[in-house]
Amino acid sequence: MHKIYHTIDNLAGSVITLRADGVKYGELAEVTSRTGTSLAQVIKLHGEHVTLQVFAGARGIATDARVRFLEAPMRVPFSYALLGRAFTGSAQPRDKGPELVNNLIDIGTPSVNPAKRIIPRNMVRTNIPMIDVFNSLVESQKLPIFARAGEPYNELLARIALQAEVDIIVLGGMGLKYDDYLYFRDTLDESGALSRTVMFVHTAADPIVECMLVPDIALATAEKFALDGKKVLVLLTDMTSFADALKEIAITMEQIPSNRGYPGDLYSQLASRYEKAVDFEGAGSITILAVTTMPGDDVTHPVPDNTGYITEGQFYLRNGRIEPFGSLSRLKQQVNSQTREDHRTIMDSMIKLYASFKETQEKQSMGFRMSDWDDKLLQYGERFEAEMMALSVNIPLEKALDLGWQILSACFASNEVGIPTKLIEKFWPKQ
Amino acid sequence: METTGKIVGVNGNMISVAFEGAVAQNEVGYALVVTSESTQRLMSEVVRIRGRVADMQVFEDTRGLQIDDVVEFSGNMLTAELGPGLLKQIYDGLQNPLPRLAEQCGFFLQRGTYLPALDRESKWAFKPTAAPGDRLTAGETLGTVPEGIFEHRIMLPFKLDGVYTVKSIVAAGSYTVEKEIAVLSDGDGNDISVTMMQRWPVKLPITCFEERLRPTVTMTTRIRTVDTFFPVALGGTYCIPGPFGAGKTVLQQTTSRYADVDIVVIVACGERAGEVVETLREFPELKDPRTGKSLMDRTIIICNTSSMPVAAREASVYTGVTLASYYRQMGLNVLMMADSTSRWAQALRELSGRLEEIPGEEAFPAYLESLIANFYERAGLVLLKDGSKGSVTIGGTVSPAGGNFDEPVTQATLKVVGAFHGLSRARSDARRFPAIDPLDSWSKYPSVIENKRVEKLRSILRAGNDVNQMMKVVGEEGTSIDDFMNYLKSEFLDAAYMQQDAYNDVDAATPVERQREMFDLAEKAMLSQYAYSDKAEARKFFQGIVQDFIDWNLTLSDLPEYTQRRDAIAKKIEEAAAHA
Repeated sequence: MHKIYHTIDNLAGSVITLRADGVKYGELAEVTSRTGTSLAQVIKLHGEHVTLQVFAGARGIATDARVRFLEAPMRVPFSYALLGRAFTGSAQPRDKGPELVNNLIDIGTPSVNPAKRIIPRNMVRTNIPMIDVFNSLVESQKLPIFARAGEPYNELLARIALQAEVDIIVLGGMGLKYDDYLYFRDTLDESGALSRTVMFVHTAADPIVECMLVPDIALATAEKFALDGKKVLVLLTDMTSFADALKEIAITMEQIPSNRGYPGDLYSQLASRYEKAVDFEGAGSITILAVTTMPGDDVTHPVPDNTGYITEGQFYLRNGRIEPFGSLSRLKQQVNSQTREDHRTIMDSMIKLYASFKETQEKQSMGFRMSDWDDKLLQYGERFEAEMMALSVNIPLEKALDLGWQILSACFASNEVGIPTKLIEKFWPKQ
Repeated sequence: METTGKIVGVNGNMISVAFEGAVAQNEVGYALVVTSESTQRLMSEVVRIRGRVADMQVFEDTRGLQIDDVVEFSGNMLTAELGPGLLKQIYDGLQNPLPRLAEQCGFFLQRGTYLPALDRESKWAFKPTAAPGDRLTAGETLGTVPEGIFEHRIMLPFKLDGVYTVKSIVAAGSYTVEKEIAVLSDGDGNDISVTMMQRWPVKLPITCFEERLRPTVTMTTRIRTVDTFFPVALGGTYCIPGPFGAGKTVLQQTTSRYADVDIVVIVACGERAGEVVETLREFPELKDPRTGKSLMDRTIIICNTSSMPVAAREASVYTGVTLASYYRQMGLNVLMMADSTSRWAQALRELSGRLEEIPGEEAFPAYLESLIANFYERAGLVLLKDGSKGSVTIGGTVSPAGGNFDEPVTQATLKVVGAFHGLSRARSDARRFPAIDPLDSWSKYPSVIENKRVEKLRSILRAGNDVNQMMKVVGEEGTSIDDFMNYLKSEFLDAAYMQQDAYNDVDAATPVERQREMFDLAEKAMLSQYAYSDKAEARKFFQGIVQDFIDWNLTLSDLPEYTQRRDAIAKKIEEAAAHA
């Protein structure tokens, strides 16, 4: 027997308060008003006062709206029928397909026991040298792409999704422009990947609470696939919208903000989502690639900052290229020792020299005389940017390493690059 | 009769509980989630009492709790179990053994499942050292059991106050941790039963020692920058603040491997699970350079990663330091590393926000500073009652927002630690690892090299850095050759000595002897006078010896090449200097 209430005491933002008893924390309710029906979730209990967050927002909800408690927490349907489909942030069909109602699963499942985790060891090849050579992506890694608004981050995300060898792709869109949603759908469709993709998309026009649900729904679904032995790639774009939704709700709830208005638990909130990335021993895995746009191109903004402390590295996308500075894959050490013996050396040496090139470039722009060494660096830097960094480059790892040696030997003498003599003897191209 | 209460409010992981009877601050209680199938007991801790209502933080997800649900109070504060069997364990912040939880619950951590920290079945070979009639005080030894490579002392429970007479003690033999091994009597004729296991409230320091001593002995870590330039002492404290990606974790992992201590307690506090896993899976395979046994034999891991409940994260650093202090009581040197104390501070902030306290800077609670100071003060070198010495060294990483050290957690930490290893983004971007900033960092502890010599090189480093800054304005051509030499020398010291490859088997760890040898040679290169008039020539020379140094650094010290390379470098320097 579901309890029904008719008197709402307070309304603010998407949050309503009413008096009710026997309500459980986290329970769902159905709020029916003149504007329609929406789901809502219990987010606070205080004596007989129950505070609910209405998924569709409180706009148009009257003080006599009908509230029916469903006696269950938020659940979403799970089956292989999800593949090829698109849903909203509250798991309603966004395409014209049928509604799924069977086999409901909890979202926001408990965390994986660290003792059951294993060391990730499979490299995910992307054929992008800036990733494969310098910051290899590893199965079960969680990695954000930091970018300013306007950078081609969704294109990069789609390209990695198509080239990476995974069984299932789960796309979680938050605050997406409708065009971007269509872009993803069409790109995946053209390449035939749509049939192994499920999309949960909140567009910018949808209610803000649904934005907060997207990562949980996407990850809960991914987890089920992974437990079923599938390699799952979860794409989340854009996590800054998610954090902004958290902020909006927290402020409405009159919580004390900590940094630029974001709630004090921003780190924990983001972490509990990112930490879903896992490699289940004896089953599948979840790899998370997420876009975090940086307001004002500022990496110290609370969202990218907290994200950087949670994730296993980050890719900086700037001017359409993955920047070598700041970009980092913390798990690369797990895989790049088994690829080729010169992988690590090429990776380190080329970046060190590129850093020197940047310094020289600065000197040059200030009008200083260039020494011989500076000229070498300038020549090197240009080739590095054109032949390695450009996103259009699409070559496998081994080819990229060979190219690295070629660039080095064309620009420097073998004793100028700080590479151990043993490797020089083996790999330095002989003219 | 235990006190019980009823829930009157739920807000995130905070519950308000109306109670009858007596409840203490920080007392532990259990909120009962009763469903038709089962009853889950959610562990919680009292954080505030107002009138007849206690605010409690729940160490679990609070979903499904409702008004009028029952809360049972335990009468105890949050305690840690202390006894043989702690080593090699992997615990969560509340001292639940994670591998055994995994056996029971599978992949996921199940809410409300708690297991005893010490195995109740295992038997330990106890050998009494006290005899009936002995008069002992808290912390003094009743007997010993072998635990791996250590002699684990079974001590008079720390909570006992005053002098006790041993009434009876069991003979040598194998016993479980719950078996009574001795009976003590106090002055008033009361008998107290003692087992090998005791409990201690984690938030209180253990102080059953004679006195605290000044830390003066260097704790070597085999990281050259640390041991030579910014050393840490046994019983000292240090912090490693740095932006993400600057190498805090790698630095801590290297330290936990090579630090010259008996026991390492690693507290992964609100950080990535993946990093703990590396330690978890690799340590059993790795050999302790001191003993030749598996590294895991001397390690305890407390692991409350970022997705695990926030309140337990707050508890994890206290659990860690309590276990460390327990082993200190046995005359051992213990290193405790907390990664990261910022996450702990954030847990405090979340709690404070839920309690609607007036926020301090960046919404951290006003009492943050005193809590951080209290925590680091639990480190120290102590003289025990039997005359032996033990130490707890605490190293905490700090993850400052935006990598800016001018924030409350870093600043509060800097006030109370003895060494500061500041990591810099500029260094890590340039792949200069370890990214410890050689100019900003400091240490108050003695180095493995004479202080005067270290200072001399640091002054060249500083001068070189100044020249580098200046060159950005006036250019290389506007720099005098003397200044330019200083710049080259500082770059040389950085590349040849301070940078160390943590992933290379040889370079990752430089024992003190080798460090001294390297330092001698680096010093020679730094202090020699060269007569280069051409800057390009000078640069070429230094690039050359950097290359030679790197090759030398990667050479095993027992190979003949080791001395050959060293002598070759020395010769090169002498030749270049001879022309001066």
